[in-house]
Amino acid sequence: MTRSLRALAALAALLSLSVVRVYGQESVFRANGPDDFREGVHAFINATLYKDYKTKIDSGILLIREGKVVDAGRGVSIPVGAIVHDMKGRFIYPSFVDIYTDYGLPATPKVHTANEDDGGIQYTSNVKGAYGWNQAIRSEYEAQKNFAVNESAANDLRKLGFGAVLTHRKDGVARGTGAVVTLNNEKENKVVVKGNASAHYSFSKGTSTQEYPSSLMGTIALLRQSYLDAQWYKAYGYKTEYNLSMEAWNNEQNLPQIFDAGNWLKELRADKIAKEFGVQYILKGDGTEYRRISELKDTKAKFIIPLSFPKAYDVEDPYKALWVELAEMKHWELAPTNAAALSHAGIDFAITSADLEKKEDFLKNLRTAIKYGLSEENALKAVTLSPAQFLNVQDQIGSLDKGKLANFIVTSKPLFDEKAVINENWIQGKRYEIAKFDPKDIRGEYSLAIKSAKESYNYPSLKVQGEQAAPKGLITQDTNKIEVKLTIKDNDLTISFDPDKNKPGKFLLTGVLQSDKSWKGKAQLPDGEWADWTAAFVHALPDTTHPPKADTVDLTKLSKVLYPFDGYGNEEVPKAENVLIKNATVWTNEKEGVLKNADVVIRSGKISAVGSGLACADCKVIDAAGKHVTSGIIDEHNHIAISEGVNEGAESASSEVRIGDVVTSEDLNMYRQLSGGVTAAQLLHGSANPIGGQSALVKFRWGYAPEKLKIQGADGFIKFALGENVKQTNWGEKFTIRYPQTRMGVEQTYVNYFTKAREYEKALQARKPVRRDLQLEALVEIMNKKRFITCHSYVQSEINMLMHVADSFGFKVNTFTHILEGYKVADKMKAHGANASTFSDWWAYKYEVIDAIPYNANILNRIGINTAINSDDAEMARRLNQEAAKTVKYGGTSEEDAWKMVTLNPAKMLHLDSHMGSLKVGKDADVVIWSDNPLSIYAQVEKTYVDGICFYDKEADAQKREYIKRERARLTQKMLDDKKAGSPTQDPAKKTNKAYSCGGNNE
Amino acid sequence: MIKNIKLCSALVMVSLLVSFAAIAQEDVPVPAPKQSERLCLKGGTVHIGNGQVIENAYVQFENGKVTAVMPAGTFKTDETMGRIIDVSGKQVYPGLIAPNTVLGLTEIEAVRATNDMYETGSVNPDVRAIISYNTDSRVTPTVRSNGILYAQIVPQGGRVSGTSSVVQLDAWNWEDAAVKADEGLFISWPNMYHMKGWWAEPDGYELNKDYDKNVQELKDLFNDAKSYAYAPHEKTNLRFESMKKLFTDRANLYIRVDYVKEILQAITFGEEMGVNVVIMGGADSYMIADVLAAKKIPVILGKTHELPTYSDEDIQQPYKTAAILQKAGVLYAISENGFWQQRNLMFEAGTAASYGMTKEQALSAITLNPARILKLDDKIGTIEAGKAASFIISDGDLLDMRTSNISLAFIDGRQIDLDNKQKELYKKFSAKYFGK
Repeated sequence: MTRSLRALAALAALLSLSVVRVYGQESVFRANGPDDFREGVHAFINATLYKDYKTKIDSGILLIREGKVVDAGRGVSIPVGAIVHDMKGRFIYPSFVDIYTDYGLPATPKVHTANEDDGGIQYTSNVKGAYGWNQAIRSEYEAQKNFAVNESAANDLRKLGFGAVLTHRKDGVARGTGAVVTLNNEKENKVVVKGNASAHYSFSKGTSTQEYPSSLMGTIALLRQSYLDAQWYKAYGYKTEYNLSMEAWNNEQNLPQIFDAGNWLKELRADKIAKEFGVQYILKGDGTEYRRISELKDTKAKFIIPLSFPKAYDVEDPYKALWVELAEMKHWELAPTNAAALSHAGIDFAITSADLEKKEDFLKNLRTAIKYGLSEENALKAVTLSPAQFLNVQDQIGSLDKGKLANFIVTSKPLFDEKAVINENWIQGKRYEIAKFDPKDIRGEYSLAIKSAKESYNYPSLKVQGEQAAPKGLITQDTNKIEVKLTIKDNDLTISFDPDKNKPGKFLLTGVLQSDKSWKGKAQLPDGEWADWTAAFVHALPDTTHPPKADTVDLTKLSKVLYPFDGYGNEEVPKAENVLIKNATVWTNEKEGVLKNADVVIRSGKISAVGSGLACADCKVIDAAGKHVTSGIIDEHNHIAISEGVNEGAESASSEVRIGDVVTSEDLNMYRQLSGGVTAAQLLHGSANPIGGQSALVKFRWGYAPEKLKIQGADGFIKFALGENVKQTNWGEKFTIRYPQTRMGVEQTYVNYFTKAREYEKALQARKPVRRDLQLEALVEIMNKKRFITCHSYVQSEINMLMHVADSFGFKVNTFTHILEGYKVADKMKAHGANASTFSDWWAYKYEVIDAIPYNANILNRIGINTAINSDDAEMARRLNQEAAKTVKYGGTSEEDAWKMVTLNPAKMLHLDSHMGSLKVGKDADVVIWSDNPLSIYAQVEKTYVDGICFYDKEADAQKREYIKRERARLTQKMLDDKKAGSPTQDPAKKTNKAYSCGGNNE
Repeated sequence: MIKNIKLCSALVMVSLLVSFAAIAQEDVPVPAPKQSERLCLKGGTVHIGNGQVIENAYVQFENGKVTAVMPAGTFKTDETMGRIIDVSGKQVYPGLIAPNTVLGLTEIEAVRATNDMYETGSVNPDVRAIISYNTDSRVTPTVRSNGILYAQIVPQGGRVSGTSSVVQLDAWNWEDAAVKADEGLFISWPNMYHMKGWWAEPDGYELNKDYDKNVQELKDLFNDAKSYAYAPHEKTNLRFESMKKLFTDRANLYIRVDYVKEILQAITFGEEMGVNVVIMGGADSYMIADVLAAKKIPVILGKTHELPTYSDEDIQQPYKTAAILQKAGVLYAISENGFWQQRNLMFEAGTAASYGMTKEQALSAITLNPARILKLDDKIGTIEAGKAASFIISDGDLLDMRTSNISLAFIDGRQIDLDNKQKELYKKFSAKYFGK
């Protein structure tokens, strides 16, 4: 392009801008007095200019006008009259964008309207108006309608480098829409960039005082049901009701969907909901993503991550340090690697200032993330362009391309330099000063001369050295050295010094910079006389300041991520082995019975042979002489590995909730139970209500992600409950309102729900416009024998009742669990075809168990009912072999039958016996090697295999303890170093030992 | 009017209770009469309780006391032996001692009316467990029939829960049951950490900011009590009266405490106060086994069948703790939780035996050791001449549920009825289904 052409283009650009200006400035607001419109044409020259996160321009020019970028680059022509800012030695970057704030929005007060008579429980929404049924669904809320500029909050964010934010109200499960706004202190009409920019969701019900949902799985069910309700509303529902929440929900679906999930487990859970309904969430996490990068990458989601790094624990007292788990120590070390881990995996993410304990740590922590492996380019992208792109506002913010908002920061040094300071943050062309620029660099050697009417003083060597912002002076005169105090501000310099140690009195000088780098001014002498002074620049001096010590992190020396993230986890998820176990006593659970001196071959995750004298060329051989080999224990009733609530007990039915939605892979109890030979379990909902939630059938694949714990192709199960828990008998005196309060009411609850479910199914079959109802669908599945009941039960009357209800609706009760009075109705249970899963010897803990007897399992078994012994207890689950043995003690059950009660029988009642529960060729290699007869109290587990993978090994366990000891020691020392270096610490705190049982009174 | 209705219903309640109690009587076997003749167990494997085992032995007892324990062949086989009870092939053990239980103080945990172990207020040294002890509990026979013949019954709750007693489990009333009444005082050491949230939704712990204050209050209480014990006083203080025994008789002060830092402080507290401290619970005791041994502080361990306290701890730590104390030479006992659960006491010891100690050592932890801690080892805890003729006969290894079946039991030479409500129900329904 020739010079003239370029000028023409610039002119054209100006013309077109001026058109925009006229349009843009047209305002509905009337001025009080003459209009004060300013063009705001600024040119920033000589800067190191980052036009966007990856385009660095040395000596670049940024030209802005009317709050927007006119041009940015090297050859930008500066129009006449532009205000020119010399940015030599300075750096310009696009201002940051924070995608996760509630800037400028009012706080929501929590208004509890629960009736005391209801035990303080509010069962229905207390929001007035044509809104949805659940108070936590607030999709009608629009940030844009509630947003007001808040200068003090804006200032806090501007100081960190932010120029624009997405703001939404962080309240509720569905939170409505967010707005993109700048942090300019102007009328909101100018500040709002995009009104409805995003739709928001979370797992937290926030200020909702409505009881439902009371658990994480309930929240997930509420979200799923809301999607279905909205679909129905769009198709038919709008004809029958007006619902602001559903209207809004549907209108928001085409916006970017942002889900505040929390930890990586919850991010996967949120994504699962998204996939079910054809949505893609942008997932807001908590900084633990590094623990499961590959699963998170598979979601194809974009992420929003905070930079909240935990403080080191104060571990000076080794006894207090006991409360700090190795996992927490590791997190302290690894949290700063999170952003790098996402980046290396190629995951697109934005970084937010949310969740920081101290907001002012934002930039510091971002630099830390860089030290821990994040590239500067990707760091900048994550705070500029990425959030803008996530919100589809990259045409306005996130970089300094032509036409975008003039949102940029000016820094003293490269942004990620430890010492860099943000001096200015320009937003929509308006300058906000964050920190003063360094004063002019006056360092060098000067020749100072002071001359009054009476005398003259000459100091040929005045050296000005030190930090640019705070230089110090030193006069050398023969052997004398005189310290000189200097203060510089803009072009003003004041100097004072003591010319003669032996005489009191200072010389006070004030002067102004001259064009030749010299200074000139007036001085006042100790006797009050005025004098003239000059300081002539002689030459520059070598820089004596020490560059900061390079503070780098040796990434190879950091903790390894463990799967799961626990001291007892593994660096690599273990793999299946081919194993020949020789010379053992083998409990087949098949017609062969117990084989002496026999072998078992495990191949490709299955049992490939059982017999004597077996050979296997590619197998690892284990000589198990004197040892016993069995199939893995299956716990029919277990509540471990469940996140955030085992009961959704707000209402009398909760068949819509699924334990499968909240299974966690991180529960140490899984490993502890593997050490007791348990390989699989039914994870059950609690017993707070007659119709509970859906179960998850899992294998204890320690280290695998939650979805991989689930047994593929397993039938669906659901928890029901009878008796005192569902009647709320032992909940406290206030709990006398929720229906049912008697066993009579429990029956009617079932009849009512199954009747509704039957009508629902008929309506569906008749292709009537029916709102899909997840609660009733689960009940329809039961009636259609596609879902099976495990019912918490104690006394004979209620057991009898449920069988009658089931018969009348044409299905069978699959399993009665606990079933402590099963022995009283064993004949009826047998006739009905129910299974029984009971405790070995529990009783007397509440009224309904006063007739419980430890002979129960024996009688049930003898009568021909498929009977199991379960745990319902994280501790007892690892001794189920002992509990089974009690059936030998009480009633003289045969040892083989006793053993089946914790293996084959539960497999049968969970419909898993085709591939689990016995040592039979072709079945899953869920195998345990015991040191002794497994029913003996002296038996210890030596190895536990699940699908041919060794997940527990007694010797490896000892190595794990060594590893924990070493790693704890290393990290303890590192934390102490951190403390010594002055970093803040936190006190070790005792942890909650989360162990769920059915709820109430230890069962 | 309203009053009358209340009265009416109260009367109905009373009459219900009366009839209920009448039925309940049938569930509790009749206490055995005094030993009237010389008896001799013959041919059993006798586990003395002190580590010693005598095969094919004779145990002779008369007037409630063991008169001789001899290997076969060293014993005269004539009529002076007394009536022979042949227990050949069986195992003979001392009657088990269950420390720290609410057996007989509650019947149904969730039914408030049956709970008699929590007094209101937090400083109740004067309340005595023995007063609440119900000899007609239907739970006790189910415990006894598994071999537990003695129990230390203990008030619960508060900082100072009250005074414990040792009872034997076959009695007409609490006076009859008492083996050692008012033998010790139970307190709960203040917690350094408070739990946040509530039991169903625990929300972690936080440091107890009042910890030092709580400890000081305890010190003040004990200083006042000590002063009262020795200094003349005009006014009677029931609380301090009951605490006198700690200072003047060196009665046991049982301190419930698990966390290592708290245990160490509890020990120092005991030294400062000049009282005999027994650590109750002691989950972390293994960390300071040498200290406990050197200072001769006994420990009653909580359940063996527990999960570890700390996530990074050995996953089998609670199984191994007893063996660590054993090796260090600490005087310790193994205990069970609650009341009905006491029937599993021997299995708590069984698991400990599997993790680092001998079966006889594990047996001592539920016989001789608790007897020594309770200062009853001159009377019970082993099968030795001069001690109570309280023993149990099992078909096989007592500590292993595969073989642990008690066929005979004696308390003070009285052969006790091993029937219980649960066996009755078993018989009743076996007869219904299987005709026998």
